[in-house]
Amino acid sequence: MSVDGAAAPSLHIHDASLTLGGRPLFSGLELAVPAGRFTALLGPSGVGKTSLLRLVAGLLTPEGESPVTVGDGQPVAGRIAWMGQQDLLLPWASALDNVMLGLRLRGQQHDDPAKARALALLEQVGLADRVSARPAALSGGQRQRVALARTLFEDRPIVLMDEPFSALDAVTRLRLGDMASRLLAGRTVMMVTHDPMEALRLADQVLVMSGSPACLTPPILPPGPAPRPPDGEALLRLQGALLTELAAGAPP
Amino acid sequence: MNRFVRGLITFAGLVLAWDLLVRLGELPHYILPGPDRVALRLWSDHALLAHHAGLTLVEIVLGLVLGTLLGSLAALVLAASRAARRWLLPVLLVSQAVPVFAIAPLLVLWLGYGMASKIAMATLIIFFPVAATFHDGLRRTEPGWLDLAQTMGASRWRTLWHLRVPAALPAFGAGLRVAAAVAPIGAVVGEWVGASAGLGYLMLHATARVQTDLTFAALLLLALMAVCLWLLVDAGLRRALPWLPDTHLKEE
Repeated sequence: MSVDGAAAPSLHIHDASLTLGGRPLFSGLELAVPAGRFTALLGPSGVGKTSLLRLVAGLLTPEGESPVTVGDGQPVAGRIAWMGQQDLLLPWASALDNVMLGLRLRGQQHDDPAKARALALLEQVGLADRVSARPAALSGGQRQRVALARTLFEDRPIVLMDEPFSALDAVTRLRLGDMASRLLAGRTVMMVTHDPMEALRLADQVLVMSGSPACLTPPILPPGPAPRPPDGEALLRLQGALLTELAAGAPP
Repeated sequence: MNRFVRGLITFAGLVLAWDLLVRLGELPHYILPGPDRVALRLWSDHALLAHHAGLTLVEIVLGLVLGTLLGSLAALVLAASRAARRWLLPVLLVSQAVPVFAIAPLLVLWLGYGMASKIAMATLIIFFPVAATFHDGLRRTEPGWLDLAQTMGASRWRTLWHLRVPAALPAFGAGLRVAAAVAPIGAVVGEWVGASAGLGYLMLHATARVQTDLTFAALLLLALMAVCLWLLVDAGLRRALPWLPDTHLKEE
């Protein structure tokens, strides 16, 4: 299931501008997301992180030409998997059917290999015994694990995540972060989060977005391989520095 | 104590109150017959009543089926096409400004004294609640699901069929419940305006001939039919939408 480095391309955002409701969120924004690495985007709420991610996903129409290009020159469309703030599971479908939603929406075959792959993914996220459960019967953490399996089932080289674990309690979030870090290894990941510790634990590079119109700071590179333990001294120091920076950049 | 027993007790209480009102008020039986007289009439004229009730039931059920089909179709067309929304939605709203009862004589003129005019009447009455609620449900799809579908490369039609329609089924169910409750009105009003059979026709004639007990017997059958229809639709909807949370069920 792992993706080799050649398959996961880098993402480049060049001269991106976006105005929402008459307010310029950012203009002339530059961002490089290295191939096969995990990039976290931090920033105060309302700064435009999610809008930037939606722009990359093609969910927002850019002003003029699309500022997003992929390192290998191929188009972005069809190579992205999206994971949102909520689990976005369909309440009428079982966990298995939710994982295979993409097939249904594209009108592709629900053949046995596809089903076997979905079952294997559900096993990887620790839900082998809940494949036929509907979302209402699952806990918040379990639901988000189904959502992670659905994202992985799409098997896209680029994965965009918008505060994927923000609705979970601290311990569940820690475990899911580790799981996501392990299972997404090798893909080009861009994650928006408001939690400095989560960003520092999971990402290969952390970018802070602040100001209005927003700018990005030079990337912070947390030391050691991800997922990092939450009690590392270097990490805690970086977290403190990041929190101070975020507080200074946030509107009063 | 289950629902059925509670319903029976309520019914018995109402009959008792009715009996007391007639006895204590010393009302003449042609103004308000007692339950005993109505029960006797139900027994002695059961063949006549069954004949007329059967016709009315067929009108109601056919009207419900036709109205639901046409209403759902209208909602789907409105949801699928922007042009349809622009051109048809105003027509739909204006059509509701014309009271259906006011055109009942016209329907009888055009479609005759037979069943067709009553079925058309019931269909017209049922069409709007179904179309309006279903369309409303189709408009209110969770935006996150639509984002997800877009990143998964879903076509508009598959998104409509696999996401928006199932998500709108609870709203459709609410419309169908209302429709089941008002369906008998359509048929009976149609029969009042001009008919040679049916419970509405029977009630009109019985009242004119001061056979008030027969009127009440017909009314009772009509109410019974309406309640059974509603319970059937409700049970069918519960079975069809098992994933829908029902807070009332938990309270019981």
